[in-house]
Amino acid sequence: MFNSTLKQLSALLAQKKISSAELTQSYLDRVARLNPALNAFVTVDADKSLAQARAADALIAAGKAQPLSGIPVAHKDIFCAKGWRTSCGSKMLSNFVSPYDAHVVEKLNAAGAVILGKTNMDEFAMGSSTETCYFGPVKNPWDRTRVPGGSSGGSAAAVAARMAPAALGTDTGGSIRQPAAFSGICGLKPTYGVVSRYGMIAFASSLDQGGPMARSAEDLALMLNAMAGFDARDSTSLERPAEDFARLLEASAADRARPLAGLRIGVPKEYFGDGLSGDVAAAVEAALAQFEKLGARRIAISLPNTGLSVPAYYVIAPAEASSNLSRFDGVRYGYRAPEYGDLADMYAKSRAQGFGAEVKRRILIGTYVLSHGYYDAYYLKAQKIRRLIAQDFTAAYKQCDLIMGPTSPSVAFALGAKASDPVQMYLNDIYTVAANLAGLPAMSIPCGFGEGGLPVGLQIAGNYFAEAKMLHAAHRYQLATDWHLRQPAGVE
Amino acid sequence: MDWETVIGIETHAQLSTVSKIFSGAATQFGAPPNVQACAVDIALPGVLPVLNKGAVERAIRFGLAVGGPEVISRRSVFARKNYFYPDLPKGYQISQFELPIVTGGAISILTQDGEKTVRLTRAHLEEDAGKSLHEDFHGMSGIDLNRAGTPLLEIVSEPDMRSAEEAVAYAKALHALVRWIGICDGNMQEGSFRCDANVSVRRPGAALGTRREIKNLNSFRFLQQAIEYEVRWQIETLQDGGSIQQATVLFDPDTGQTRMMRTKEDAHDYRYFPDPDLLPLVVSDETIEQIRCELPELPQAKRERYIRDHQLSAYDAGVLTSSREVADYYEDLVKALGGGHKLAASWITGEFFGALKRAGLEISQSPIGSRQLAGLLQQILDAVISGKTAKDVFDAMWNGEGEAAAIIEAKGLKQISDAGELERVIDGVLAANQKSVEEYRAGKEKAFNALVGQAMKATRGKGNPAQINEILKKKLAR
Amino acid sequence: MPLSLPQVKRVAWLARIEITDAEAAAAQGHLNDIFRLIEQMQSVDTEGVAPMAHGQDVVQRLREDRVTESDQHTLYQAIAPQVEDGLYLVPKVIE
Ligand SMILES: [Mg+2]
Ligand SMILES: [Zn+2]
Repeated sequence: MFNSTLKQLSALLAQKKISSAELTQSYLDRVARLNPALNAFVTVDADKSLAQARAADALIAAGKAQPLSGIPVAHKDIFCAKGWRTSCGSKMLSNFVSPYDAHVVEKLNAAGAVILGKTNMDEFAMGSSTETCYFGPVKNPWDRTRVPGGSSGGSAAAVAARMAPAALGTDTGGSIRQPAAFSGICGLKPTYGVVSRYGMIAFASSLDQGGPMARSAEDLALMLNAMAGFDARDSTSLERPAEDFARLLEASAADRARPLAGLRIGVPKEYFGDGLSGDVAAAVEAALAQFEKLGARRIAISLPNTGLSVPAYYVIAPAEASSNLSRFDGVRYGYRAPEYGDLADMYAKSRAQGFGAEVKRRILIGTYVLSHGYYDAYYLKAQKIRRLIAQDFTAAYKQCDLIMGPTSPSVAFALGAKASDPVQMYLNDIYTVAANLAGLPAMSIPCGFGEGGLPVGLQIAGNYFAEAKMLHAAHRYQLATDWHLRQPAGVE
Repeated sequence: MDWETVIGIETHAQLSTVSKIFSGAATQFGAPPNVQACAVDIALPGVLPVLNKGAVERAIRFGLAVGGPEVISRRSVFARKNYFYPDLPKGYQISQFELPIVTGGAISILTQDGEKTVRLTRAHLEEDAGKSLHEDFHGMSGIDLNRAGTPLLEIVSEPDMRSAEEAVAYAKALHALVRWIGICDGNMQEGSFRCDANVSVRRPGAALGTRREIKNLNSFRFLQQAIEYEVRWQIETLQDGGSIQQATVLFDPDTGQTRMMRTKEDAHDYRYFPDPDLLPLVVSDETIEQIRCELPELPQAKRERYIRDHQLSAYDAGVLTSSREVADYYEDLVKALGGGHKLAASWITGEFFGALKRAGLEISQSPIGSRQLAGLLQQILDAVISGKTAKDVFDAMWNGEGEAAAIIEAKGLKQISDAGELERVIDGVLAANQKSVEEYRAGKEKAFNALVGQAMKATRGKGNPAQINEILKKKLAR
Repeated sequence: MPLSLPQVKRVAWLARIEITDAEAAAAQGHLNDIFRLIEQMQSVDTEGVAPMAHGQDVVQRLREDRVTESDQHTLYQAIAPQVEDGLYLVPKVIE
């Protein structure tokens, strides 16, 4: 059962082979058994989950089943859910019980899904290893001495260890794709504006985008169907007709042997240079060969400004974050230092004690690049480079339909390996941040194993609103391969 | 040696929307603490701003009133002004910085030397902050965020004013204008219209002096007093060999003095940058044109029309366009009269305003409506009563005794215009005042007035003065 | 240009984060490493390039001027560190 797809679970529930209450309880039991070792969940509330499950059962019994009715889904602890503690991985919000639901949470509730629990994450989503969280690091289910990637590491580990059939993540610079790659699952960051940011605690507003994490492209499509949609409360939410992201998955190919015939896959040379480890390169090469076998054509392309994406990202994201995190001042909610003198001292102490080292580091970077005399040299410059990077993609998508390459330069690294070297940590985002800067959709799927038997992720990126096309290509690949079906040992 | 004062004014006008600029919370004044502070206003984690159309429309109306379509930016941008303060829940204020919605424009004011134009630098949309209450809560302050997120239009003038009087004239003209075009209720006690004054002094012809900014002046009187004090202080400081440091100061109405709040050295570094939660505000020509069509005739245009078409004096035209209510009252009045512009103007600016002022009433609270006053003035135009009698009728109307015609009837105030009756009365007056008749004939003009007075007295004030004049002249000429 | 220790402290003050001398010194090292990475941006000519703030070239949507929110202050203040009479309490604000 824990290996079933969303569609299979949905069928079991619809045929009343199992109730949502039973399904939810068995996932809760599994979480209780596995979580102490993995630390993927930070909050579990069986009563709340089971109440939702029973309500779903009633709707199913009444013949009013929705697409995800009764299916437990793990929520990254960045999404505000009414009555649930929503900590964002921070001491600052370790006592914050949200008085409202995020748009995505409302949508999932309306689609019938059950909140299985809140997953661990890098503090305020700032990190690539899920080590910066207040509640301790998450362990990679494939090797508990390794990181699961981040910042949505808790969601990735939960799905990889079959503690949840699917999960919500957010991606500001790769925070869905990189942990998906490290944990051997699938994750998709939609086009900026497709999923509402309302109720998703902001890291960098112009880059943040929520998205699904699951075990197959097909499940991602079902999840995205439930998550996406216009929201009047988010000014950056896009008003577009409702889209079925699974619509291309069922279509039968004209050429059964070569279902991806005509698909042009751009492979940027900059994604295969120094810094890419051999095991990852080999697995990605093999995947590209598989796509060619499926009929796709491989085209060598160039994204010349790739090397500037990390520098530009580490100006823009901290700048926005420094301002977004100013609301955490100990006045209206969240952590307030137990002892302080005057007002300024209360702010300074509450924020010094409430935020962890990486968050403070990024606030300092962001404050500095926006400060008087530095704005033009850093922030404005980065916004210009951002355009150059977006223009690289515009040019590339004139030559190809999708862009593929590695999601991350290496497989999951050891816990603590980069924690003391922020620059090494940041460079880990080299292949993922550009999609956020340009606002483009991108996903990661498992495509083999590398050093230490750890999963390798293939990044599939597309032009604006190309999610369905990306999911289709990934799905065809997954019909022909079984990398996405492999599961870590020790979590049976 | 002389000093010249240079003043620029920044005004925060609260826009009269029912909901906040970035949230759907109410903006009503006087609610209990924090009941009008919604999730967006208290900046819960994850909430986002969405711009209020009503605030944008009001800003456009303002731009059209001060400069026309060309001063309205087709594309403007909201920025974040970052600083920590407990009444600022997000840790930043959303405001327009580099690209404001209005750039340029002008306000014309009346000074002793005639009309003067004050240029505007810009006007931009922003959100208000909450309030800190300093009553003692065990040595702490209380924060009420009801006002947080209330839409403001910050209107920045060029340093074009040269005296406290001009500054006040500008503030009053601006105040009248924002009320005129219905974008701000102008209630200064409630903080709906607040001014900051940038004041500097210099020798005439010299470069601009260093300015100090006086914050939050919420009455015209305080504006005047604060500037006068500040100018005196700056001149004395310079004359004593001191220099002026750029600073922000507060005016204390109790002492009538300004005091230092902060110097430029400890000024904030606001780290402005475009708010990534909001997109560029784009305004189309069509929207501007539509709003322009709905705009009422503006005070300046009305003033010119009154002088040109109604032959009013510049002074009367100015007074009648001091507010939309006054202009509406005047126009309703002349419409009901079918003319009589000068009579209407002199009655409104004279008797009517005098009565309002004595009673401490606003024009909207007047016990005499424009139709009622028209009823009275019509009696003058029809020569039923004299202007003098009309004042008595006006007082009766003010006291609620009814319409003019009824009062005239009831009190028997109707003028005697019957020529035969008046001739009889005048004959009697001439007979009884031979001395005056002789004096008049000897060339003493004054004696004529005495005779008119006697005739009026004999008719108990009801004789038609014009007719009495005419009959007297005729009879004396013989 | 590397950040000096006073600059690090000033930035921490602007961000209202208390920082000890030892923390400031450690932060200075990390920040300067990061800024060496960031400085790579300066090698690119961006003359005439318009800054890009969002992935999508869209414009601000406007909300109708209607009151849609009701009083929730009891719910919201249930999670506040210190409240009294409906007000959030903070150390005395001095103007
Ligand atoms: Mg100002
Ligand atoms: Zn302002």
